[in-house]
Amino acid sequence: MATVAEQWVLVEMVQALYEAPAYHLILEGILILWIIRLLFSKTYKLQERSDLTVKEKEELIEEWQPEPLVPPVSKDHPALNYNIVSGPPSHNIVVNGKECINFASFNFLGLLDNPRLKAAALASLKKYGVGTCGPRGFYGTFDVHLDLEDRLAKFMKTEEAIIYSYGFATIASAIPAYSKRGDIVFVDKAACFAIQKGLQASRSDIKLFNHNDMDDLERLLKEQEIEDQKNPRKARVTRRFIVVEGLYMNTGTICPLPELIDDIDLISANMENSLASIGGFCCGRSFVIDHQRLSGQGYCFSASLPPLLAAAAIEALNIMEENPGIFAVLKEKCKRIHKALQGISGLKVVGESISPAFHLQLEESTGCRERDVKLLQEIVTQCMDRGIALTQARYLEKEEKYLPPPSIRVVVTVEQTEEELEKAATTISKVAQTVLL
Amino acid sequence: MVDPGGGAVCNGTLHNQSDHCHRKNCTRNGMVKEAQQNGNSNFYKPIVESFEEAPLHVMVFTYLGYGIGTLFGYLRDFLRNWGLEKCNAAIEREEQKDFVPLYQSFENFYTRNLYMRIRDNWNRPICSAPGPLFDVMERVSDDYNWTFRFTGRIIKDVINMGSYNFLGLAAKYDESMKTVKDVLETYGLGVGSTRHEMGTLDKHKELEDLVAKFLNVEAAMVFGMGFATNSMNIPALVGKGCLILSDELNHASLVLGARLSGATIRIFKHNNMQSLEKLLRDAVIYGQPRTRRAWKKILILVEGIYSMEGSIVRLSQIVALKKKYKAYLYVDEAHSIGSVGPTGRGVMEFFAMDPRDIDVFMGTFTKSFGASGGYIAGRKDLVDYLRAHSHSAAYATSMSPPIAEQIIRAMKFIMGLDGTTQGLQRVQQLAENTRYFRQRLSEMGFIIYGNEESPVVPLLLYMPAKVAAFARHLLKRKIGVVVVGFPATPLAEARARFCVSAAHTREMLDAVLEALDEMGDLLHVKYSRNRKSARPELYDETSFELED
Repeated sequence: MATVAEQWVLVEMVQALYEAPAYHLILEGILILWIIRLLFSKTYKLQERSDLTVKEKEELIEEWQPEPLVPPVSKDHPALNYNIVSGPPSHNIVVNGKECINFASFNFLGLLDNPRLKAAALASLKKYGVGTCGPRGFYGTFDVHLDLEDRLAKFMKTEEAIIYSYGFATIASAIPAYSKRGDIVFVDKAACFAIQKGLQASRSDIKLFNHNDMDDLERLLKEQEIEDQKNPRKARVTRRFIVVEGLYMNTGTICPLPELIDDIDLISANMENSLASIGGFCCGRSFVIDHQRLSGQGYCFSASLPPLLAAAAIEALNIMEENPGIFAVLKEKCKRIHKALQGISGLKVVGESISPAFHLQLEESTGCRERDVKLLQEIVTQCMDRGIALTQARYLEKEEKYLPPPSIRVVVTVEQTEEELEKAATTISKVAQTVLL
Repeated sequence: MVDPGGGAVCNGTLHNQSDHCHRKNCTRNGMVKEAQQNGNSNFYKPIVESFEEAPLHVMVFTYLGYGIGTLFGYLRDFLRNWGLEKCNAAIEREEQKDFVPLYQSFENFYTRNLYMRIRDNWNRPICSAPGPLFDVMERVSDDYNWTFRFTGRIIKDVINMGSYNFLGLAAKYDESMKTVKDVLETYGLGVGSTRHEMGTLDKHKELEDLVAKFLNVEAAMVFGMGFATNSMNIPALVGKGCLILSDELNHASLVLGARLSGATIRIFKHNNMQSLEKLLRDAVIYGQPRTRRAWKKILILVEGIYSMEGSIVRLSQIVALKKKYKAYLYVDEAHSIGSVGPTGRGVMEFFAMDPRDIDVFMGTFTKSFGASGGYIAGRKDLVDYLRAHSHSAAYATSMSPPIAEQIIRAMKFIMGLDGTTQGLQRVQQLAENTRYFRQRLSEMGFIIYGNEESPVVPLLLYMPAKVAAFARHLLKRKIGVVVVGFPATPLAEARARFCVSAAHTREMLDAVLEALDEMGDLLHVKYSRNRKSARPELYDETSFELED
């Protein structure tokens, strides 16, 4: 049956060919030839026009001139004429050859030259030497580190703590360990540079809210909620984080924690200030902290903290636990100097009255940042001549997102006596008067 | 034009004199011998690197092993989800259970099911200085590695093949460290301020001058952490509109620094000069993608010694390329400073190059100097710029004074400025130990990666179970080794990594080699098919006179 049908079709075809009108055959022929031509012609290549000859390529390579690796830095850039401290940066400091009282180093509890810390570090030096020669995963974990982590966790009343060997790297490694591309982070505008770098490394969406403005934060959260309802599938996989600083380094203010949240998931801190050591730590619940042991870059890929610094930090914790009274003393001193510095004509105090690190800004800016910086530098230099060591708060002007206005940083420590606080206040006041008028 | 890489440069492309085998040196069995000239054109130093491939059955079994592990992992997860098995990991708080989960459950799959089984081989706590012998705290786990407890016993005098102690300078206190003690007592520990503010001590200036002298460059700057040196200074040097060419196997700190800078990153195959040259040519000729504008600058990021492979960068060839295409070179000598080169000055000295050819020298003090921290050195204008614009100088606390003093002491020791030649002897001892160790291991039949002269020796184990068995058995024999697996290495290439130290005596190395020999037979990890014989190769001889 099939073959007959086939034959029949073939015969029909041949017959149709004979019976077709000429124009039809010619048209079909032309179409077939056109198809064959299209099949075999080359595709339209764009690069044929921009293919360079080898000679042209060599010329391009010869001609190309890159920018110099670094642009020249002017000779009187402040960083090239930094203050050199000879000897320990403790309460009585020798800066550029002048003896001053230290109001510039973050030595809040005065532990930088505490003999107990030095003794603990010395004992550790005798036993362990200096370096650890490896990251935590490869025989860089010493019993001192484990002790310090335990003590910190107990001190902060959390389940677990993890230490880093560099204060800056602590928060800059912690943020990208949890927040990835596609997650949302709500952060305060006055956050310090380390937090900014952590956020940049995490590649998440960043939503900034005005400094310490809880209403602004609420507005942003509500906006996010509306977004979520529009796209519930995306919302189910987007994590949200809020990052705030306890005491803002750039403004000296404290974040309104009770309004914000009732329980904190992760606390990150720096051992380089009160604990007079080096490094930083994060603490919180085990569920949260344990993750950093494998994904905190500054923890896994970097050598661990030298044991003598860890031993000093443990001793500092001991001191802090033994006399909790120093915190009240520090608070008193802060309030005192805060009050004494109010009312200096030309300078205003920025920061809370209980904050031990606050700023003195010009009441009225001259309009140009460079001139402001020069004026403040003049004040600082004259104060140093009179025995009060101060410094300007330094930023990388091109790198900061919200550059704070130029200011003088004033740091209060427990070791400063009442007379010294008075002297500082009067000196600053006098110098400000001479310079700014 | 003579190219100091053993090849001729013709029409701008690098031709290697030997055949095509050369280009595939990373994927074929066998050794790679290249002749390399230095500026004198009279001195040839053969570079011998090998990356032997494993036999096929080993790879099959490795993947099979991972497959079985994964299946069991799914099974256990299933049992845990349905409550049939106790869940030992920490879990989220009740109130936060309806939040989006903090960790992707797949991200943790590997950690929960594969890493957890063998995790007793990492994070082993020690309680002595990390010298050639150290004390490990004994710990046991009652619940299959979910938690550990210390038995209170200490395993004493374990031979240390894991710590980066190349010159043996990490040791218990002895009289030579007196200056460190003095500095600690005078200066204290913390600094409490940044370099720009009140944190620059006279100690830092002393250290920086000494580092510049050590490296024979104009100036240097030191930072408190090696990782941060990379991640905070690369963004200061390059930015948007610049191009970074980075080696495939660069360290996490270099990758982070490159990402934070905002520049475009292109990756070239590990130590492969053809791949690098192609990228350079394309970059200079075609410019930026889409806009075709010229790149502002091109920075090549390489390391001196790559810690997971043990290979040494082909510095002379990269410098030739860099000069031709006017790129800048950044060399991270974290592992190579102090450990290679006739007097321990790093890869620059190893290849006998001019310090002015390398634009940015970076290194760390953790490995050969027994301290912590990093440095960047080079021309004065570079260092001045970094003093003003480095993120670390403006925002991070400066280095602690006793650490700075330890580095000063160590550097003077190596340079011979303390009046003895012990420093130089240690460098030579390290080179001797390295050669001996590597030679004996390849004679035994293990697959060893990397350059003949690199003190970092990776020994390939491939299968995850063997990795664990290797480390555990060796600890029982009082030898501490470091094993590395995924994700620090490719999935199927887990390895043990030895760090030879100048402080290892011949007896210690022999003890280790004996144990490794037995281990190799027990675990069947002697995969090499290129066993070198113990007799010297005849064709290196210059005369063939019979010895009577």
